[in-house]
Amino acid sequence: MTWLSDNAVAHLRAVAELPDFSGTRYRLDRELARGGMGVVYEAEDIELRRRVAVKVLASELASEDAVERMRAEARTIAGLEHPGIVPLHDVGMLPDGRLWYAMKLVRGRRLDEVHAATPELLRVFLRICEAVAFAHAKGIVHCDLKPENVMLGDFGEVLVMDWGVARAQGANDSLVAGTRGFMAPEQEQGEAALIGPSTDVYALGAMLRAILPAEFPRPLAAICAKAGAAAQRDRYATVRALADDVSRWLDGQPVSAYRENAVEVAGRWLSRNRALVTIVIAYLVMRLIVILWVRH
Amino acid sequence: MFPTTRRSVIVALASDDDEERRRAFDTVVALYWKPLYKYLRVARGREVADAEDLTQAFLAKCFENGSLAAYDAAKASFRTFLRMLFDRFVANEVKASLRQKRGGGSVQLDFIDAEAEIAREHDRGGTPEDYFQREWARSVFAFAVERLREESDPTRFAIFEAYDLDETSGDSYRQTGERFGLSETSVTNGLAAMRRRFRAIVLDVLREATASEIEYRAEVRSLLGVEV
Repeated sequence: MTWLSDNAVAHLRAVAELPDFSGTRYRLDRELARGGMGVVYEAEDIELRRRVAVKVLASELASEDAVERMRAEARTIAGLEHPGIVPLHDVGMLPDGRLWYAMKLVRGRRLDEVHAATPELLRVFLRICEAVAFAHAKGIVHCDLKPENVMLGDFGEVLVMDWGVARAQGANDSLVAGTRGFMAPEQEQGEAALIGPSTDVYALGAMLRAILPAEFPRPLAAICAKAGAAAQRDRYATVRALADDVSRWLDGQPVSAYRENAVEVAGRWLSRNRALVTIVIAYLVMRLIVILWVRH
Repeated sequence: MFPTTRRSVIVALASDDDEERRRAFDTVVALYWKPLYKYLRVARGREVADAEDLTQAFLAKCFENGSLAAYDAAKASFRTFLRMLFDRFVANEVKASLRQKRGGGSVQLDFIDAEAEIAREHDRGGTPEDYFQREWARSVFAFAVERLREESDPTRFAIFEAYDLDETSGDSYRQTGERFGLSETSVTNGLAAMRRRFRAIVLDVLREATASEIEYRAEVRSLLGVEV
C-alpha cells in the first residue's frame, strides 16, 4: 500500500476539505486564509481563465443566520465599487447549503507585514482613509479595520478587505463584532446604536499607531490620540478630517490635533524652507568673510 | 480489499450470516491492523516481536469470540472502542499464551512494511490516543488512495500521484502536461476530478467504517474538518 508521509496526509486532508465546486465555473486550487466566518481559496475562473479568490462559509457555521450574514457581506462589497475596496465578481450557494462569493485575487502583502519609511506608510494610510470615507458616504461602517485587513498589491494597489462585520450606519442589531485593540469603546460594549463613522475613525487611529515605528513625531502621536479618543465627541468627526491632518503633517504644515510651541514652529518653518535658509546662511557667511578680510 | 457495498461493516460484524461477518471482519482488520500495531510499537514502546504477537492475537481473539459485535455506537466511536479493547487486551494478556493464537482473518499483516513506515520520519508528539488517531487517518487515506488507483485511468492517477502524494515533485501544471502529452487545462481539470473522487472515496470508507449516522458525521468532522 502507498506510504503517506505526514505532509502527504496533511495535504490530502486539505484537498479533501476543498468544497465541491463541480458544476460551477470555478475550480478551487488551494486554501489561502481561514477567518472567523469563512475560508478563502485561490481558484480558477474557467470561463474567463483568470485567477480569483473564493470565500466559502465555514462548514461549521452553515446556519441560516451565518448564510444571511455572509450574503449581507457580499451585498455590502458589491455596493462599494471603489479602487480601494476589493471587487466582488460572483456569488452562489453550494449543494451543502454553504454560501460562497468570488472576488479579485490580490497578490501582495498584508499591511502588518510591510516595513517601510514613515512617509510611505502614511501615504498608504491615506489611501485606506479614502476607501473607508467612500464606504461611509455609502452608509457603511467597516467595524474591523486593522492592518491584517489591508492588502498592498504588487502594483501599488491598496485594498481594504474583510467586510464581514461591516454594518449599515444606524443598524440596531445586537451582533457587534470586531478585533480587540482596534474596537472603539462603543463597539466593545455592544452599543450598536452608537456605532458610526467615528467607530472606524477610532480603529484607523489604532491602525496608524500599529503601523508606525515605535518612536514617531509628536504631531503624529497627537493625531493617533485624537482619532483613538475614548469619547466619540473627542475624535475626528470624519475620516476625511483625520486624513486631512495626516496630509498636513506630510506637507510640513501644522496639524489640528497638536498645538506647537515656538521652538517647534520655528523648527517646522526651517524644515520647510531649508533651501532658503541655506542660501541666507551661505550669504551671511560670505559677508562675514569679506568683512574680516577687508579689516585685516 | 474493500467490499463494493457502502453498508457499514461495523454493523455487519454482528450479522447472523457467517460470510458477511467474515467479510466485515476482514475490512476492519485491513483498516485497523496497522494503526494498532504501530500504536503498540511507537506510542506504547513495545518490541517488534511483542507487538506482532499482540496484534495478531488480539485480532484472532476478536474474530473467535465476536467481541467487536458488542460495540455500542451510543457510547463512543468504533475507533475509540477498538483502541480501548486493545489496551485492555494487551494489559491482561499472558505472554506465554500468545503464540498459540495468531492471525488476522484472511488479511495478510505485513509487519515488515509497518516497521519500514515507523522508521520513516513522522510526527510522534501528543498522547498515545493522538498517535492512534493520526495513524487511523493515515490508514483511511492510504485505503482511499489505493481504491482511487484501482478505479482510475492510469494517466490521471499518475498526475494525482505527482501533485498530491509526491512531496518532492515541484513540476508546474504546464510541465506535468508536457510530461504526459496533455494541455495545462487537461491537467488541472483532471486533477480537480481526481481530488473530488478522492474525497468521495474517503467519505465512502468512513461510511463503511462507522456504525451510525452520528458516528459517521463525527468521524468526517474529525478527519476532514467538514460537515456532511
